[in-house]
Amino acid sequence: MTTTPVAQFSDLKREQLNRYLHDRIQVPEELQANVMVTTLDKIYNWSRKSSMWPLLFGLACCAIEMIATAASRYDLARFGMEVMRPSPRQSDLMIVSGTVTKKMVPAIVRIYNQMAEPRYVLSMGACATGGGPFKEGYTVVSGIDKYIPVDVYVPGCPPTPEALLYGLIKLHEKVERQSITTVPWYRKGASEAVPVPILGPDIFDPRKVQIIKEYTLGSTAATGGAVAATGRLQPQPIPEDVKARIRAAQAKYRAMKKQPA
Amino acid sequence: MSEATTVAEAPTIDSALPFNDAVPGAVIGVWAEETDKAYFVAPDKLLPLLTHLRDREQYDLLSSVTCVDYSAYKGKLRAGISERFDVVYHLYSTKKGGGPIRLHVRVPENETVPSATGVYPGANLQEREVYDLFGIKFEGHPNLRRVLTWEGFHGHPLRKDWKEAYYEEDAKPFKSRHPGGHYQWHEDKLPWGDNNTYPQGWDPDSWKEPVTYVPVSQAPYHGYGELDTQSIVINLGPHHPSTHGVFRMLTRVEGETILALEPEMGYLHRNHEKIGERNTWLMNMPFTDRLDYINSMSNNLGYALAVEKLLDIEVPERAQYIRVIMAEFTRIINHTWSIGFILNDLGALQTPALYAIEEREMILDLFEEVSGSRMMCNYMRFGGVVRDLTPGWVDRAKYLAYDRLPRALDQLDELLSGNEIIKARGRGVGYLSAEDLIALSVTGPMLRAAGVPYDIRKVEPYCIYDRFDFDVPTLPESDIYARYYIRLLEARESLKILQQALRDIPPGEVNAYASATLGQGFGTIMGGKGGYTFRPKEGEAYARIEAPKGELGFFVVSDNKPNPYRYHVRSPSFINLNALGPMSVGYKVADAIVILGAIDIVLGEVDR
Amino acid sequence: MFGTGLLKGLGVTLKHFTETFIDDRRKEPSRYEGSIQVDERRRIIHQPISQEGLLTIQYPEERRLLPERFRYIPMLIWDTEAGEDRCTACGICAKVCPPQCIWIVRDSDESGKPITRPAEFYIDVAVCMSCSFCAEFCPFDAIKMNHDYELAVYDRYPQLVYDKEELTVPIEYYAALWPTQYAAEEAQRAKQKEEERRREEEKKKAAEAKAQAQTAGGESGVAKPKRSKEELEVLKAQAAAKAAARKGEEGGAETEDAEAAKRARLEELKRKAAEKAAQRKKESGE
Ligand code: SF4
Ligand code: SF4
Ligand code: SF4
Repeated sequence: MTTTPVAQFSDLKREQLNRYLHDRIQVPEELQANVMVTTLDKIYNWSRKSSMWPLLFGLACCAIEMIATAASRYDLARFGMEVMRPSPRQSDLMIVSGTVTKKMVPAIVRIYNQMAEPRYVLSMGACATGGGPFKEGYTVVSGIDKYIPVDVYVPGCPPTPEALLYGLIKLHEKVERQSITTVPWYRKGASEAVPVPILGPDIFDPRKVQIIKEYTLGSTAATGGAVAATGRLQPQPIPEDVKARIRAAQAKYRAMKKQPA
Repeated sequence: MSEATTVAEAPTIDSALPFNDAVPGAVIGVWAEETDKAYFVAPDKLLPLLTHLRDREQYDLLSSVTCVDYSAYKGKLRAGISERFDVVYHLYSTKKGGGPIRLHVRVPENETVPSATGVYPGANLQEREVYDLFGIKFEGHPNLRRVLTWEGFHGHPLRKDWKEAYYEEDAKPFKSRHPGGHYQWHEDKLPWGDNNTYPQGWDPDSWKEPVTYVPVSQAPYHGYGELDTQSIVINLGPHHPSTHGVFRMLTRVEGETILALEPEMGYLHRNHEKIGERNTWLMNMPFTDRLDYINSMSNNLGYALAVEKLLDIEVPERAQYIRVIMAEFTRIINHTWSIGFILNDLGALQTPALYAIEEREMILDLFEEVSGSRMMCNYMRFGGVVRDLTPGWVDRAKYLAYDRLPRALDQLDELLSGNEIIKARGRGVGYLSAEDLIALSVTGPMLRAAGVPYDIRKVEPYCIYDRFDFDVPTLPESDIYARYYIRLLEARESLKILQQALRDIPPGEVNAYASATLGQGFGTIMGGKGGYTFRPKEGEAYARIEAPKGELGFFVVSDNKPNPYRYHVRSPSFINLNALGPMSVGYKVADAIVILGAIDIVLGEVDR
Repeated sequence: MFGTGLLKGLGVTLKHFTETFIDDRRKEPSRYEGSIQVDERRRIIHQPISQEGLLTIQYPEERRLLPERFRYIPMLIWDTEAGEDRCTACGICAKVCPPQCIWIVRDSDESGKPITRPAEFYIDVAVCMSCSFCAEFCPFDAIKMNHDYELAVYDRYPQLVYDKEELTVPIEYYAALWPTQYAAEEAQRAKQKEEERRREEEKKKAAEAKAQAQTAGGESGVAKPKRSKEELEVLKAQAAAKAAARKGEEGGAETEDAEAAKRARLEELKRKAAEKAAQRKKESGE
């Protein structure tokens, strides 16, 4: 059983928070004097944030609260979001509202790929964020961020409409911090499509084929007793070196997918 | 099916057993030591017996088909039969009303069971589910594919020896949480950092998704009409603009006309039953909220009734009234919601839906006030409800039930019912006769919109519904318009019940087993320490309620442990989808969306 | 006539439109009836059920009045008076939690003997289903449901794994959020204490009597209990009277607005506590 020491835990939290505590737009040094860009940024961000069209896309219980948010009492129109577009081509924001199952995730990734940049993803509810109460289930994905980058997480089961609105405001804040000079979507090779996961005996991410192969074919002898009577792989404590490797890979992947603040 | 007159194993045949004079050798054992009586049926005699029950005994509704894997069962051997799998059928009569006949077919692994689809077409989806989750093959099933998982998925997850990636222990609570509960991220358990397992020796590089045979691709090709058009297969979903969640329809169309339609589901399969078998009895309560997430209160009620049946406990008077009030408020929420979204599917985007769900917020406020959450109420407990109503709640509810909601329903009626466009789109669309609907195991408003006054609150009253004066409205047309209008009528009947219940609600206890500890709403069979777990006596129980969408049943098997041995949900949304294909054939693609809307499904309940 | 149904429906929408318009034109729109102005930019909206239509709550500036039983994510109670966590690390909440998202490490003293105090306490908010079982079954009233729903973050791991510091709130905060339940619990607690004390006293008395009997009037100056029962009764009555008087002072002045004022105070308290919690959160992140 692995344990995560407390110190490491809070260190990580602090590190993550730091980026947001240093406020406002970070103008690159060579552009510090360039008033033009900052004003442009302001306009650019303001216009993006004030008419962010969400994708009409509901997965589970949380979707009902999302509809309630759009309905009379909370009225998403106040945030310029009243038009929920059913087509990914016309929307800027994907609210992943509900449990992401393995059967559904290829479709979600495809939809995400079809969205035009700049695109944002808000994960609504415990399920989309980290698997939620159904995390232990066999067809539930432990959070949509396993497959596509997420900008804001809204915990809660279900998040009340207010909580969702707070998440949207947080997203606005994030948008306000971006600068036209640093946003990834105007750079070369920025908008690479996320590989669509494939439904095999269990879902697999094409990016992780190597690890899987090593486990099912290669180092079978090393894991020895991992094969149960049913011929299926049982969860086993992973050798420390493998784990370190994976952690590094995960960290790299996480760092990679993040949009600069 | 040929009826064998000579039976090899004479000692198991007893003509004194019921139905054996009609179908000799069908029933091979009775198990009455439980909460409900159970008949064990010889697999080869199942179809003759079902035919007999349907034609002679008026058991025309095959309500539920499910399965139990007894390989890990520690309790008593039932009726001396020890085969591993037990396929369970519940039959009801829409004509006689009353309780069920429960049939058990015990089969060892790898044995097939004759498919009931020939006798009851409504067995279709349920047998597919049993095949998917237990791996039992049904002989003669027209379309035995996986339904909740996908084709190519490894193993059959509800078998007791099947373990998932994050598997920790067979039963909760897990030992790693206390006293040495150092936080552990589940993802760290597996090298790929996600909730997946792969069979040994499997090579991801050479993996090809299996090509599955979907019946629509083989649908007959009619060349009617002037032009010789070609039929094509159109895929709707799983992400689509109608508001019913992630649901997929494969249609074969000719021009705009549907030749065949096949529902595809499982996009929200959340392993409710597998998790439910690991949970303690009490822990399942909040999970039931997430089944039909528009009506958490009635889900709570159904589950509480099933477990109360096992426990054999009484519910105090006041709690009974509270339960009825909550269930009926829920019905109003559901029906207005579904009306709003039928209209949405018709193309009347937003406005009718906004009108329809406006009053929902007021009801949700009431729910939130007593239970703490707008949607996931988690309010009922075994033996009552968790907390008493707050002061003034009844008055507010009365205002809603007597004044505000009737006005709102009238407004909705005025806004929509006379509308010529709705009539033009709805009249005569999606027709299916009452007999067909019953054969397809359809229940709820759909059946009543076809003129069958089948309402469990009337035919097999539960709680205290027999005390209230209300009608079961029916409409003869069985089309979309009738399905829309019946919901309005039912909401009005709910108001009647609400008015009576709110008038008569007595003071008193709300939970027979609440302990007085610190004045909180403790609600279990506890009376002190350790009360959050309890062990119901061995046996099985099936309780059903008239949920807003149809018959919601909970089938639970206990082996005298703190966790259910088997926990099955007979969900109306799922089973009503049997009718989607037959209903849509011959109509236009645009109508199919509305037909789906008028069935009123919630994916959390379809896929569980 | 064809089309009348349509027109009737349109009439409904038109009526709705004009009614809301008229309502908005009034000087003090009825949407603010029964609402509480907390400060310039904050208003707590509470729509009375008799008010027609549905108010739009303009969220960041206006909030809905949450009912007492509202539940979102659990919080741990810090007993300010005793200066310690109420939690005794008994583990019941971790046992009843349906998705098993509570992790508790029991503390131990230097010699390694377990003591009734948690060393670590985690709740994985990305798993928690807000069912409130933990709060329901905790025998020490140490874990309760928080009303704070503004929890959105930019990174989930480990931001959403709340540790003990993030979960802990002072008891005043709880008392402000859940006034009725808090009062009921306190009453229960007082009763228990009283009960205990009485039992103890009786025991003492019995022991005394025994001792007296044993010494058979040897010594006359046996230490009396500090206060006799009668005295205590009197004291208690005085305290009760004082409390009642205080209440009267508070409630007497405002008759109509008493309820509103109470709510406002409550909101103020809530806000302060929330601010404090946020502050702490930030500090722990700093
Ligand atoms: S987070 Fe809760 S409410 Fe949202 S989808 Fe998951 S289970 Fe449903
Ligand atoms: S919070 Fe309550 S139930 Fe949980 S460990 Fe602490 S004292 Fe026990
Ligand atoms: S609210 Fe429910 S799910 Fe959340 S920590 Fe408490 S018991 Fe667990």
